[in-house]
Amino acid sequence: MSLPKVHEIPIGGIITEPGSSRRNPTGGWRSLKPVLHDDRCIRCRICWMYCPEGTIKEIKGEFVVKGKKYQYKYEIDYTYCKGCGICAHECPVKAIEMVPET
Amino acid sequence: MKVVFKTVWDLPAEELFASGHRACAGCGPAIAMRWLTKVAGPNTIVVNATGCMEVTTTQYPETAWMVPYLHVAFENAAAAASGIEAAIKTLRRKGLWSGKTNVMVIAGDGGTYDIGLQSLSGMLERGHRVIYVLYDNEAYMNTGIQRSGSTPKYAWTTTTPVGKAIRGKIQRKKDIMGIVVAHRPPYAATASISNLVDLSNKLKTALEYTEEGPTFLHILAPCPPGWRYPEERTVEVARLAVETGYFPLWEYDHGKVRLNPPTSAIAADPKRRRPLKEFLKIQGRFAHLTDAEIEELEKDVVANLEYLAKLASL
Repeated sequence: MSLPKVHEIPIGGIITEPGSSRRNPTGGWRSLKPVLHDDRCIRCRICWMYCPEGTIKEIKGEFVVKGKKYQYKYEIDYTYCKGCGICAHECPVKAIEMVPET
Repeated sequence: MKVVFKTVWDLPAEELFASGHRACAGCGPAIAMRWLTKVAGPNTIVVNATGCMEVTTTQYPETAWMVPYLHVAFENAAAAASGIEAAIKTLRRKGLWSGKTNVMVIAGDGGTYDIGLQSLSGMLERGHRVIYVLYDNEAYMNTGIQRSGSTPKYAWTTTTPVGKAIRGKIQRKKDIMGIVVAHRPPYAATASISNLVDLSNKLKTALEYTEEGPTFLHILAPCPPGWRYPEERTVEVARLAVETGYFPLWEYDHGKVRLNPPTSAIAADPKRRRPLKEFLKIQGRFAHLTDAEIEELEKDVVANLEYLAKLASL
């Protein structure tokens, strides 16, 4: 990693790039990994609402699961998920399972 | 409260609080920050007092914020926001800026209850068009769980240890909403991270009322390492705080106090209130409590609910 020169750093501790914390993958903190079972998911949006990291991605589109049509699909971004387990704990149908990280 | 979002499907989808911040797993304030930025939108200047959310989100040279962001010290967040609001007013008078810009202060309980109280009071008194958001995790968490004015009675912290001489914090939790309401702002409300539709509606209402003057939002945000509970139960703890009456949801809107669901139902019918023990028993900071002490806390909770119901009936 090469550090920037003094004259390249903005004055006054200004950070010019918004959302640059994405450079820091926090997924390594995890000891339990949430696994979303799409066939059990009822698309209630609760896991997406309560995730502190914003790692649950809402994907729009046409999804057919077990003959039922859904407009949304949820996926977990394992790059940033810290494995807190709020999603699994709050899920009303237990569609998210916490499994030990291997 | 104006109902802008009726169901969870009306809530905004755009993320303005980036992943990769260093908040603990299961952080309650991080959920609050996500929703504050989402609902307030990109046209917001955030002024953040020192605290957990400043330390974990802006580790130089990275930031999790995707809105204009200013970090100031504990004691002057509201004062800095007053200056920003005055600058926007001047730009508008000179014809250099015409859009609506929200100025939002985000401060923790240390920066509001204790250190920043004078600047908050000054801002409210001068009537700056700023929204002040307090996320309350009930102690100084990022420095290692020291007591604050917000820590409830009998709670364990590192500076109020449980032993023979004292049993946790001796004093009660300060009534910050009472202090703010005494300044007669257009709008002040409490919200919990467990009731996000309610929180979003209150924030939207508060942002609208900043046209008239300062508004205040008190958000309960549980902290897994400080409150000593497993990190997956953050939202459950916040929900129990509301359902046991420990943290009532209410708002002060132009002189009128209104209780919001589920607190309104609990105040109307005390049988619907869950016993306070359910909230206390999952937290390690209350693990030492005896039945007599729980009863004492429960009496306080009931008295507070009755007081609020009386205010609402005026």
